[in-house]
Amino acid sequence: MRPGHVARYGAIAILIALWAFPLAWMVVASLTPEARLFGGAAVGPASAAGAAGTGAAGGAGVVWTPDLAHYRALFTERQFWLPVRNSLVVAGATTLFAVLVGTPCAYALARLRFRGRGLVGAAILAVSMFPQIAVVSPLFLMLRGVGLIDTYPGLVLPYLTFAMPLTVWLLAGFFRDLPSDLEDAARLDGAGRIRAAVQVMLPLAAPAIATTAILTFLYAWNEFLFALSFTLGPDRQTVPVAIALFRGQYQVPWGQVLAAAVVASVPVTVVVLAFQRRIVRGLTSGAVKG
Amino acid sequence: MAAIALERLTKIFENGGRRGGGEARGTTAVEALDLTIADGERLVLVGPSGSGKSTVLRMIAGLEGPTSGRIRIDDRDVTAVPPEQRDLAMVFQSYALYPHKSVRQNLSFGLETRRVPRDEIVRRVAETAAALGLDGLLDRRPAALSGGQRQRVALGRAIVRDPRAFLFDEPLSNLDPRLRGDARAELLRLHARLGTTMVYVTHDQEEAMTLGQRIAVMRDGRLAQVAPPMTLYREPADTFVAGFIGSPPMNLIEGRLLGIPAATAGIRPQDVGLTTPADGVIAGRVEVIEPVGHVQTVHVAADDVRLVAVVAADQPVAPGDAVGS
Amino acid sequence: MSTPAGPPNGTNPAGALAAREARLAWRLMLPALVVLAFVAVVPLGATVWESLHRHDLRLPWTGRPFVGLANYVTAAADTRVRTALGHTLGFTAVSVALELVLGLALALGLDALARGRGLARVVVLLPWALPTVVAALVWRFMFDSESGIVNAIAASVAPALAIDWLAHPWAAWVPVVLGDVWKTTPFVALLLLAGLQAIDASLYEAARLDGASAWRRFAHITLPLLRPAIVVALIFRTLDAFRVFDLVYVLTGGGPGTATEVLSLTAFTALLQDLRFGYGSALSVIVFAVSFGLALVYVRAIGARTGR
Repeated sequence: MRPGHVARYGAIAILIALWAFPLAWMVVASLTPEARLFGGAAVGPASAAGAAGTGAAGGAGVVWTPDLAHYRALFTERQFWLPVRNSLVVAGATTLFAVLVGTPCAYALARLRFRGRGLVGAAILAVSMFPQIAVVSPLFLMLRGVGLIDTYPGLVLPYLTFAMPLTVWLLAGFFRDLPSDLEDAARLDGAGRIRAAVQVMLPLAAPAIATTAILTFLYAWNEFLFALSFTLGPDRQTVPVAIALFRGQYQVPWGQVLAAAVVASVPVTVVVLAFQRRIVRGLTSGAVKG
Repeated sequence: MAAIALERLTKIFENGGRRGGGEARGTTAVEALDLTIADGERLVLVGPSGSGKSTVLRMIAGLEGPTSGRIRIDDRDVTAVPPEQRDLAMVFQSYALYPHKSVRQNLSFGLETRRVPRDEIVRRVAETAAALGLDGLLDRRPAALSGGQRQRVALGRAIVRDPRAFLFDEPLSNLDPRLRGDARAELLRLHARLGTTMVYVTHDQEEAMTLGQRIAVMRDGRLAQVAPPMTLYREPADTFVAGFIGSPPMNLIEGRLLGIPAATAGIRPQDVGLTTPADGVIAGRVEVIEPVGHVQTVHVAADDVRLVAVVAADQPVAPGDAVGS
Repeated sequence: MSTPAGPPNGTNPAGALAAREARLAWRLMLPALVVLAFVAVVPLGATVWESLHRHDLRLPWTGRPFVGLANYVTAAADTRVRTALGHTLGFTAVSVALELVLGLALALGLDALARGRGLARVVVLLPWALPTVVAALVWRFMFDSESGIVNAIAASVAPALAIDWLAHPWAAWVPVVLGDVWKTTPFVALLLLAGLQAIDASLYEAARLDGASAWRRFAHITLPLLRPAIVVALIFRTLDAFRVFDLVYVLTGGGPGTATEVLSLTAFTALLQDLRFGYGSALSVIVFAVSFGLALVYVRAIGARTGR
């Protein structure tokens, strides 16, 4: 390798390491007993490599071993499975509904010609740009009016404000990319619009629909403001809200907070590892194509 | 089988959806086109890109609705009939094979949508596959086929349906030149066997000449001339047709050079001979020579005009020679 | 073989196919449009309407009188709102600028990687994909005065820097901005990376043959051709940063005092803590109006680029 290459790879490696550090640190700290966490403040960055097993949080020379105490406390004392369940239900239902209703709309927007198409597209884009805070007050009053505060539907409905435009926009982009010849061929083969769409376009769009569902799920899983505003207690709180409102009596119970943060990150990490290529494509296609 | 009649067919594309509404300003792709295709005829629509030939084909198929005018198939007005009910088959330039279906499923899909009985589907798929040499490929996916095989599957998908007419949209332009000749011969054999009406779109005048019983030359959304190939070749209606049909293109010379005022004369390069400057009507100098094999194409520059001549390969000429023609 | 339906006994059959297609399109879109109307358009209208009323849920007996623009007048005079607006704009400018520069560096780095790009991409994608709440907590933990690693390092390197970051009105911005940069730079980088990879490699080869240095290739090919992607990233991020809520709420809670309070947080407090729905709605409308202005710029930039 030429020196230029070495320098370049070195620079990139440092940048990547910087990005990875906070997460690594979060995982390590969540596996470290509280006493050491607080007592041994003099921790060098070397323990970022704590996963390797040495350079412990408690100080030099002590072998660092992962300790699951925080996680046990999280699920037994804090009943953290409750917000996990709530998040799964809410994000899952939101995704399902948004994809079911959004797919036909995206198909029409991408592949059918009609007057006002540009306008509808622009309107949906505009909705996707709504700051959530702009609709919090009426949604709160509406949900309170029909008794949906602190219920699952009371979260899924508000979530559609961002999930619907997101799915329609992403899917329309994907549908636009499918070759129109295939659809034309199906129609000459005697299939009507709907049949051509379902039997020919839908199978081709399956990966795109999966990508869209993944991204929608991530957004719903991560949502905070609506969940904070429209729930009242642990029964319906989602993971982000539960973590954010996690307070100890006198001081922040960092070990448990970080363990909870790790738990919140697990599904996201699994999804990212499994579908990173698709996520990147969905993420950038929506934006690059506009 | 069917006769197809196009009456005052017009297609205006609205310009790319800029600000919905407003007046319908747009690009006229096809303008007031009248054309009748006889039952069992092989008609080729030819023209440069953007001449509207594909739009005409897509309107016949029903994939585009005309802005005005009518389309009849066997005296039935189908203008408002969607493509799936017109009973036509189309072969696409991209072949448009369903990538998620096997060759067998590609062939049978059109029969299934039309509710043809199961055993008849099996029989017809087998027949078509045998006729096109696709027997061994029936369980493959399109991605596992060569270009030539895909082209044959696309053709098979059209044939198996036994439609009222075949529509071809540049079906050979993705084939490599060696296979193209074979495919043309295959199409001619097929037509001889089935006798079904064929409408064939191409930008390649040579393909048009070999495949068309009649050729409709299109330019800017209008018909420039509709005639059998040799009529087009010998008696082009205008200088556009004259220049478009034949290769290399016809020499078009202003009439005054030949003593005919206010006219343009066309002479096929094949009809231009090269002699000594004194013997020729026009004297000039050889600029470039393109040997093709059995003939050579000679570009001659005269005072006011450039001429192209196709002469025998053994005629001795060299760049810079003074020649007459 | 098939017996298709006859032509409709209507008037001009031309255009019938187009009309049929349009009808189908509206039918397919209807459910989604109804949902959007109910969860987005109607609520937005309701927010605007609400903002023209005095509506205090703590004082239900005062009713909900129409007060015109009074809430906006109050907001304009409210120093807490003005400060929050200043905070939001400053935060947006600083963090977006950092994100663009770092994102471009990261994108160029990833683009140059011959191997290991997949791993690198996962590493940078993770912060973006995680809940903002997690990002906020991680950075709060790192800047924690007692157990934070920042102070642990500072103590041994530069003890003067080992301060209580979150209790200091200026220093508290550091973890906020860093957290935002850490979480959203990957988005910028991936967008720009897609833009980079869309540039025809033969352009660089041609420039090399023309004797252009690496710097000239960057300045004359990469930057101009990347401009559309940069513009998109810039506007996306600006919009997002302007309505920042989760990060600040969890990291500093707007504190110490209101030293890091942003506009969305002010609106949220007015709405769901003070229960002043009229006034809070007016603040929400202000956030929306500024975002919408930025969004218009965005749509126009995209429109100009795709020629639509």
